[in-house]
Amino acid sequence: MTRLAAAVLPFLAFLGLSPLLLGAVTRVKSLFAGRTGAPLLQPYHDLRRLLGKQPVYSRTTTWVFRAGPLVGLGAVVAAGLLMSFGGAPALLPFPGDFILFASLLGLSRFATALAALDTGSSFEGMGAAREVTFAAFAEPALFLCLVALVRATGSLSLSGMLREGLPELWRAQGPALLLAATALVVVALAENARIPVDDPTTHLELTMIHEVMVLDHSGPDLAVIHYAASLKLFLFGALVVRLALGFPFSSPWPSLGVFLGGMALFATALGAIESTMARLRLDRVPQLLVAASVLALFALVLLLR
Amino acid sequence: MTLPALLIAAIVLTSVSGLLALAVPRRPALGQALACAALCAGAVLGSVAAVGALLAPVPPALTLPWGAPGGALALRLDGLSAFFLIPVLVVPALGSVYGLAYFPQARLGRKAVRLQILFGLVTGAMALVVTSANGMLFLAAWEVMALGCFFLVITHHEEREAQRAGFVYLASAHAANLALFAMFALLARLAGSFDFAAMTGLRAAWGPATAVFVLALAGFGLKAGLLPLHFWLPGAHAAAPSHVSALMSGVVLKTGIYGLLRVTGFFEAPPASWGALLLAGGAVSAVMGVAFALAQHDVKRLLAYHSVENIGIIVMAAGLALLGRARGDAALVFLGFAAAVLHVVNHATFKALLFLGAGAVVHATGTRDMDLLGGLARAMPRTAALFLVGAAAISGLPPLNGFASEWLVYLASLRTVYDLGPVPHPHFAALGAPVLAFVGSLAAACFVKVHGTVFLGHGRSRHAAAAHEARPAMLVPMLVLAAACVVIGLFPAALLPALAGAAAQWSRVAPEALVGPAASAGASAVRVSVTAAALAAVVLGAWLLRRHLLRRGPLGPPPQVETWGCGYSRPTARMQYTGSSLADALVGSFRWAFFPHRRVLPPRGVFPRRALYRATVPDTALERGIVPALAWTARMAGRARSRLLGAVQVQALLLAGGLVALLLWLALGGGAPW
Amino acid sequence: MTYWTGLVFVLVVVLDLLVLASSRLRGAIRTVAFQGAVLALLPLLLPAPAAGEHRVVHMVALAVGALVVKGFLIPGMMLWAMREAAIRREVEPIVGFVPSLVLGALGVAAAFTFSGALPLPAPELHPLLVPTSLSTVWTGLLLVVSRRKAVAQVLGFLLVENGVFVFGVLLSGFMPLMVEAGVLLDLLAATFVMGIVIFHINREFASLDTGRLTSLRD
Repeated sequence: MTRLAAAVLPFLAFLGLSPLLLGAVTRVKSLFAGRTGAPLLQPYHDLRRLLGKQPVYSRTTTWVFRAGPLVGLGAVVAAGLLMSFGGAPALLPFPGDFILFASLLGLSRFATALAALDTGSSFEGMGAAREVTFAAFAEPALFLCLVALVRATGSLSLSGMLREGLPELWRAQGPALLLAATALVVVALAENARIPVDDPTTHLELTMIHEVMVLDHSGPDLAVIHYAASLKLFLFGALVVRLALGFPFSSPWPSLGVFLGGMALFATALGAIESTMARLRLDRVPQLLVAASVLALFALVLLLR
Repeated sequence: MTLPALLIAAIVLTSVSGLLALAVPRRPALGQALACAALCAGAVLGSVAAVGALLAPVPPALTLPWGAPGGALALRLDGLSAFFLIPVLVVPALGSVYGLAYFPQARLGRKAVRLQILFGLVTGAMALVVTSANGMLFLAAWEVMALGCFFLVITHHEEREAQRAGFVYLASAHAANLALFAMFALLARLAGSFDFAAMTGLRAAWGPATAVFVLALAGFGLKAGLLPLHFWLPGAHAAAPSHVSALMSGVVLKTGIYGLLRVTGFFEAPPASWGALLLAGGAVSAVMGVAFALAQHDVKRLLAYHSVENIGIIVMAAGLALLGRARGDAALVFLGFAAAVLHVVNHATFKALLFLGAGAVVHATGTRDMDLLGGLARAMPRTAALFLVGAAAISGLPPLNGFASEWLVYLASLRTVYDLGPVPHPHFAALGAPVLAFVGSLAAACFVKVHGTVFLGHGRSRHAAAAHEARPAMLVPMLVLAAACVVIGLFPAALLPALAGAAAQWSRVAPEALVGPAASAGASAVRVSVTAAALAAVVLGAWLLRRHLLRRGPLGPPPQVETWGCGYSRPTARMQYTGSSLADALVGSFRWAFFPHRRVLPPRGVFPRRALYRATVPDTALERGIVPALAWTARMAGRARSRLLGAVQVQALLLAGGLVALLLWLALGGGAPW
Repeated sequence: MTYWTGLVFVLVVVLDLLVLASSRLRGAIRTVAFQGAVLALLPLLLPAPAAGEHRVVHMVALAVGALVVKGFLIPGMMLWAMREAAIRREVEPIVGFVPSLVLGALGVAAAFTFSGALPLPAPELHPLLVPTSLSTVWTGLLLVVSRRKAVAQVLGFLLVENGVFVFGVLLSGFMPLMVEAGVLLDLLAATFVMGIVIFHINREFASLDTGRLTSLRD
């Protein structure tokens, strides 16, 4: 029974604690700004409020607009089935699952971009254009990081990569893993539309990327979109945290504890980055992502020697 | 009926099916329906033969004598041929059903009859190409197919665009045929006969083998549309009628891939450089193909460039299979071969689906320019939904079939870094994975652009306002293809054992060595299907929850208002993002490869009256490479043609001299290969 | 020790790529200065091929000298030249930032992959030494060839010198320290002269775009 619980509990933590991660990031940013900020559980209240609201739809939209958030949520939850949280094996691991992981995130982006274009609004078209452009540069960077991890750990599955043996790997191949981890952090910032790629708190449509794509969604649709965004941030955070803090434990409970502590540290670091850095000019973002790919390529070259 | 007999019946039936269109002169619609039925019947017979061949322990073969020197009517249906035969027959059959509504004989008369005859002829020729086991028979069928396609391309021969595209196609097809003639002559010299059975297991010295490979790459690459030999593709596929484009893009290109696989399969020990060259060339073709596709606003040219991209992916997989053969790695051979062949089948389905959908749009609106369309999903909801399935499939998104074959390509390219075994691997092959990721995300961006610009939002011009739903005869083939995309995507594990058998026959690796990799890939593929089921379950659950929440609300159904436009009081449909705007940033990254023709009239003054922006991106290889080079050659040749050489007698003398030299060479040294 | 030396080499290559990617000339100058300072301390980290007190004193002197020259004097001169010419950032170079980053990365990958096949006169002090030096030289050449502003080209020259220095550390048994000190002096003089030339180019043309140099007549 405890074995079953140990296998399912990380996934349930993923489903349940993701909005808390967002709340923690907002809290850290408020503290940096000298304010107390919203309570940590504010995202849950926001979700509940949105679920109770009546949505408003544009006359231009079709079923694609209504299906977009649902497909986005399904894709991210399915990706969570493949991810190993805190070193525990994923619910559906198999060799080559990280390829399906990246493709599911691509599916979620495809659905959101089409829902944005369905409104016939120039703002949302602009957001969709920027989002797919940056995704085109972020995907090879993500794959180069994952291929470097494949080479370093000798496993083709996310669960195999993030299981044990990470501390020895850092000792043996430290510089290469550091480069890959840096590139992974940059990709995580780009994919989740955080500073320096996009500012999630801006109110000017012309400066938005991800926020403007969901401008016309309201009510339960918007709740689903916010929840899916927090799930995606949790997934990338889990990857980075486990890579950095991959300590092997004999029992799963300390592992989970260290993982959740690491996620809290990740939230703090994210809040610090967002509070201290400015957003990049939009035409510099592809350069940033190409630089991340180059770092990951260098890490792979070092690992292949 | 034995399998070879079924095959011959299929080939004959499809080839002559077009003539049935002439059978009933007073009722042209019935004639066309009869021709279509005959083609479908031939397709069914051929597919049964192919499936039977996949299940049979020994590949069925048939040899009949033939008058041509060195030639024999030899047919062989091994695993590779069977996998190619099914799309070769099924896609044209669906295309001809589509043609019942798209190109009706009742309205178009002789043009439609010509098209029907050629359709059947090309199908029969292609079926013969993928099953022939003799070089001469292959070349004869290949010629028929190439010429038939030329006549199909110039169906609308009164249009200048079709004339030009047809001419470029004919020139490239002839160049390809020349290369193939030379290649088969060389192969026959090396093997001693034109029969494929004699050529199998060829051990050739470095010189002749390289010559064969280069000629094969030139000839089959021109046919398949591998960059930079793709220059004829965009024009030909855009100018032809849509079901012809579906045929050409979906299956005719694949005969080039078939030839490449077959010829490289002859050699017993292909060097690793072949695999590396195919991998690199395929990668370049994939990236540049999708980059050019992003820059187009003609929807059929865009789809043609996507064919270049997918051919690049298939050639990458074939290169990986050859690398596996060079290194003796059975798992890499299986993964590369299975990825290539599965992507051939998948691309045939979703590319045909996309072209048929584009044809429905062009038929309904009268224009191919995406930036004049928009909002068609309201007038053509079924076409839009089916096109969306094709768009998601070609972008490699789970749980459709594009993801299944691209996943195998990823696994193949990663094999070279992951397996830390004793056999040293070329590590650069692992770069295929990030390149494929780049290509996949660019393709997804391009199809967000296409689907979003054509079907979503508001109509941008009167063309869009005139749209109407496609007729059922046009929707049924699209539905069949979309269903195939979904089924293959949901159950990829089902095809892997058959692919392993075909890989064993192609590479002559012992089947037992491939069972292990096939089984492990199959187990992973089952998990992919389970994840897809979980995805569907979550989406369904979320939809039910949403429906419950919306019904429960006390305020009634959700109101419908105008899209938020930042409070702008007079918005028009032209203010939406166009397809060109969407792709602009990505196209800008590839500035160095494009040479657009731009015509810009910027707005002037405080209240501008007229402003114009028109940009097209022609094919760089054609406009900057081939046409200037040929023009230069023509100028040089003109200068070289002095008064002496211009005389007819001198030219005849040169011809006679060449003939005498050839005869002397044959008599003294050469000797005929048969 | 080998671990930290490897980390230093990786840092040097990462700094190379950073210089390729940056469009701000001040940041690039500081990055090259930092790289020079790190490399100045490199001979102290590697195992000495021949022990001897005389040797150690020379090595320490050379390290301190290189640190002062590469880390402070040369960047100081370049920043002075930039202040005089009042330039801020690099305009779009001949090869764009993204393609030059990609080319730099390909050069680094090739250097790391194929350096094992090169015939070397001295035994390897560290497996990452030769690839690092080749990557740095490649990056420097790329900068010289692809940038428009003279300051960026001088930075490229400095990177080439850094790369040659790394390679020279490998041959330090063969290359006497005097030669290395002489090269350093040569570098200082060249940069001084280039600074003066930059000042004059700017005064003549009110711009440091090297494309304008072709309009010189007599």
